[in-house]
Amino acid sequence: MSIRGVSKSFGSTQALESISLDLYPGEALALVGENGAGKSTLLKILSGAHTADQGELTIDGEPYLPSSPMRARELGVAMIYQELSLAPHLTVLENILLGRDSTLFGILKRSDEKKIAARALERIGQPHIDLNTQVRRLTPAERQLVEIARALAGEARILIMDEPTSSLTALDTRNLFKAIRDLKEQGVSILYVSHFLEEVMEIGDRAVILRDGRSVAEGNLNELTIPEIIHHMIGRDIDEFFPKVPHQPGETILRVENLEGLRLPRGVSLEVRRGEIIGIGGLVGAGRSEFLRTIFGLDPLKKGLVQVVKSKENLAHSSPLSALWVDGGEIRKRWQAGLGFVSEDRKNEGLATSLSIGENLSLTRLKPYTQRGIFLPWKRYQACSEWIRKLGIVCRSPDQPVRALSGGNQQKVAFGRLLHHDADLLLLDEPTRGIDVASKAHLYRLIGEAAAQGKAVVMVSSYLPELFGVCDRLAVMRKGILSELRPVPEWTEEQVMRFAVADNSTEIRISGGALG
Amino acid sequence: MKALLRWNPTLILGQFAGLAIIYLIFFLLGVPASFFSMDNTKLVLVQTVIVGVGALGMTLIIIGGGIDLSVGSIIALSSVTTALSYKATESLLVAVPVGILTGALSGFMNGLMVVTLRIVPFIATLGTLGIARGIAKIAAGERTVNPPDSLLSGLMQFDRGGPFYSFPPAVWIMFLLALGVSFLLNYTVFGRYTFALGSNESTARLCGVPVALLKVSLYALCGALTGVSGVLIFGQLTLGDPTVAVGKELDIIAAAVIGGGSLAGGEGSVLGSLIGAFIMSLLRSGCLKMEWPNPVQEIVIGIIIIFAVAIDQLRHRRASSE
Repeated sequence: MSIRGVSKSFGSTQALESISLDLYPGEALALVGENGAGKSTLLKILSGAHTADQGELTIDGEPYLPSSPMRARELGVAMIYQELSLAPHLTVLENILLGRDSTLFGILKRSDEKKIAARALERIGQPHIDLNTQVRRLTPAERQLVEIARALAGEARILIMDEPTSSLTALDTRNLFKAIRDLKEQGVSILYVSHFLEEVMEIGDRAVILRDGRSVAEGNLNELTIPEIIHHMIGRDIDEFFPKVPHQPGETILRVENLEGLRLPRGVSLEVRRGEIIGIGGLVGAGRSEFLRTIFGLDPLKKGLVQVVKSKENLAHSSPLSALWVDGGEIRKRWQAGLGFVSEDRKNEGLATSLSIGENLSLTRLKPYTQRGIFLPWKRYQACSEWIRKLGIVCRSPDQPVRALSGGNQQKVAFGRLLHHDADLLLLDEPTRGIDVASKAHLYRLIGEAAAQGKAVVMVSSYLPELFGVCDRLAVMRKGILSELRPVPEWTEEQVMRFAVADNSTEIRISGGALG
Repeated sequence: MKALLRWNPTLILGQFAGLAIIYLIFFLLGVPASFFSMDNTKLVLVQTVIVGVGALGMTLIIIGGGIDLSVGSIIALSSVTTALSYKATESLLVAVPVGILTGALSGFMNGLMVVTLRIVPFIATLGTLGIARGIAKIAAGERTVNPPDSLLSGLMQFDRGGPFYSFPPAVWIMFLLALGVSFLLNYTVFGRYTFALGSNESTARLCGVPVALLKVSLYALCGALTGVSGVLIFGQLTLGDPTVAVGKELDIIAAAVIGGGSLAGGEGSVLGSLIGAFIMSLLRSGCLKMEWPNPVQEIVIGIIIIFAVAIDQLRHRRASSE
């Protein structure tokens, strides 16, 4: 496939400016760039959802002008969507053949179907997936693979993958990469889009870097380094990536003792001090999210102590009745005690995306805009305009719905809510997942500034450079148990990984949160 | 200034445009001029009251992401309890609160089922639809309850040819309640929480919104407003009828949806719902003036509902792709 001088504009904004690139058979080409760089627009043009204003697209020298995603698929270009597009109640077989059922006078030919589907699964090295299982019973990773199989069953020669690993665990990602390698050998071309540069380095052969709708660099990935790529993406150096805001640890603000959830965590203790950023590493599924959520009252609790030192009250009591009657009241108490939480699931839990930026920022603390029980919208409008400026959110007005923002700006709203609330203790669950590099750097600075103001931060992350670049002290969780909390310089990335995956670690003392 | 108007002006303009289009269509169809008269408009407004007041409560619930299918039955039950208590005491000071409380209590039960038994609102209120209707029939002894004449019977009467503001009391009651609900939605924390709940329940919970309490209050409030509808229908009929308002829940939901309410929650407006209710009555009136038979009316109204919602969807899609 070859793309020459493709441009596209929406109204007055030029989304793509004269992009040219080539995709060779059996190659994995990585497309990287910040959010808003034009990646999605380019993908939509390739998959037939948009048409280009200018430029030409060819496949094997033939003009390629898809009028719809359906037509693109017929021409051999299939897009694997970020949000999976399988029908959960149908079986693997039915999903793979959906829309292209081989019929004989309207009667489904079961045996043919089976053959086609089984061959598609075999091509990605997954013949063990049972064709008769309902898709909803599969893991997210298996669903992704089924989606790829579906594209292959449609004789796709070019696969476009948009952030395919964002919801996968490390192990599942391995599996997916293996499938991608198999496909490359079979001559299928892959256009791979991801924010995870480490993955891009691993799976890609070449990379094209987009910035502001232009292609700014192109090269073989074995000749490019990650700092170079980031430099091209943001147009400046990586030094500014982890901005250092000096901060000093102060008195203890939160004490967690022997916290147990229904399943995870299994007896975790932790003391958090003001002016300190604590990082929690570990694998997905180790119980890190559950730990934060149990502290915050979002996940059920078996026993333990969660105490804001100032008030001495144990927040972690729960009676069945309170769950019944004042659902959300437990969490309300946390906010009142000065705790704040950012969810890892921005779209489904973190933000009410159909509501405005102002609404999302201020929901936990409407009091300043309320007089004698009457809510005054214009007061909030003014205050939120100010917050938007402080947080560096790119938008038209506080009344704009959150769903219209890019991922990075959405995350700034989710994080900004804690600052607007003036929470003393910020619990952050994967605060920078799936957002662009510039927004990441911005959030790191906001986190540092919060610590400098004497707030305490507990941050769960799967992104090691971020844990090392941002945190003061670090602990690793495995199977619901937290390692010793040590200053970051006393850890190496290797040690973190070893603790995260080790089955019985003798080297690293497992202490339920002895202070480092 | 835009912040002052919490509602989306284009959305409301859409409803007014819909209204204008319906007038235009009937004009082109050559409807008798009396259709456009002030007296007919007032008559249509009076006929809007029952659905309109019910739609106020439904708007609250729909914005909060729920649905209440039991409102038709609750109207009947409230009209019966109002009639029974008026028959027993001959005091409106007792009968009216009893009618409203009947509705509130029914709504409260709906909310409680949704929250504690974790039944989806559609099913919980479908159950109440049957239960409330059954209780109404038993309470009334399976016939109408005929109390002596009361002041309530004057609520829906108006002088033909009076000045333009001479609406019957029931219409004023509807307007006042609408103002109240609109205020509640737009200028109180309760309202902000309701929008948050409907837009994303998980987010609302995360932000410390007392989700369960809020839901129960919403259903109870909707029940109370439905109770008002029941009292008004009692006034209109001057009797308590356990078989009245069958299927009214669909009119009420349709009014809220024509008025811009999204069944997915988080969207809707009081003014929109009132216009929606008015549109429904206007269509009936127009069909009557055209001397179309009843079945034709039903078909026309069905078509309008589908188109109204389809146009709304289109506008939404365009708004979100911008």
